[in-house]
Amino acid sequence: MSEDWPLYEVFIRSRSGLEHKHVGSVHAADARMAIEHARDVYTRRQEGVSIWAVRSADIIASDPEEADSLFEPARDKVYRHPTFYAIPEEVKNL
Amino acid sequence: MSARTHAPSELDPAQQEAHFRYVLRLGDTSLVLGQRLGEWVGHAPALEEDLGLANLALDLIGQARLLLTYAGELEGRGRDEDALAFLRDAPEFANLTLVEQPNGDFGQTIVRQWLLDAWQLEIYEGLLVSADTRLGAIAAKALKETRYHHRFSSGWLMRLGDGTQESHDRVQGALDSLWRFTAELFAADDVDERMEAAAIAPALMELAPRWSARIDEDLRAATLKRPAAQPYPWHGRRGVHTEHLGHMLTEMQHLQRTYPGVRW
Repeated sequence: MSEDWPLYEVFIRSRSGLEHKHVGSVHAADARMAIEHARDVYTRRQEGVSIWAVRSADIIASDPEEADSLFEPARDKVYRHPTFYAIPEEVKNL
Repeated sequence: MSARTHAPSELDPAQQEAHFRYVLRLGDTSLVLGQRLGEWVGHAPALEEDLGLANLALDLIGQARLLLTYAGELEGRGRDEDALAFLRDAPEFANLTLVEQPNGDFGQTIVRQWLLDAWQLEIYEGLLVSADTRLGAIAAKALKETRYHHRFSSGWLMRLGDGTQESHDRVQGALDSLWRFTAELFAADDVDERMEAAAIAPALMELAPRWSARIDEDLRAATLKRPAAQPYPWHGRRGVHTEHLGHMLTEMQHLQRTYPGVRW
């Protein structure tokens, strides 16, 4: 039966103030059931205080084939990391 | 303990007996339904539902543990939760007849669950202001669980009732066959009356219309028809059960009965 149900991606916020993190997916027939399934599958051990569920089909993903052109160009730009810069001795609080 | 608590010693012997019976009924109702739901584990229509039903079962068995432990103390004969759960025969069980009914198909399990959830919502809410503060505290914990149970079961009732022709027919059939057990839910007897008089239990007469209104609202959303009233109440609470309870207990108690005192 669950093969007929659309897949939802589940995001859980573990504590107030933290961001929602992807934890997995559930099959569900509708939005209400998606939250219930996410609750029953992923929050049994007090893992969270808030749930987001998103239809997997609604997620727009990058193409792994394009990984080279999307991510390679950043590799040689080490100056984008704050650790690239030497901090002068005189600067105490940065 | 707070001054509102009715310690067993403040009650006369008839009230003390009723107090024990009242808590035992609540505990047995949760225990039997929890055991029934446990039968679904490994057999539910989807992995997620398998976990969902097991979660309900564990909530109910948790309630049963608190209630039966308390009942054992009120009885004062040294029986703990395990002695009450595993070493009594069917005629000593005081659960509502509704919850011992077999799982049937998924729709029947949902209808049984939903009828009971709506009942427990009213009972536990009423018990929040009980003169018995320990019972009130148990009810407060159970009420949170029960609100989720009702969300779960009413959601499925709507999905199945307003789903396909087949799911509609099956769930209407389950409702028609289980409805006869609902007269017992609010049929007050001497135990209820004594507890109401002692302000330990809410008045069933006042809860019935609220249960009924919730049932009608959910049925409307699920496009299901409320069956005609069947006034004859069953008497599971008095130990008069349908044949199904004995079979269920045989399985549930097998290990304790075969190896008395076994632990793991």
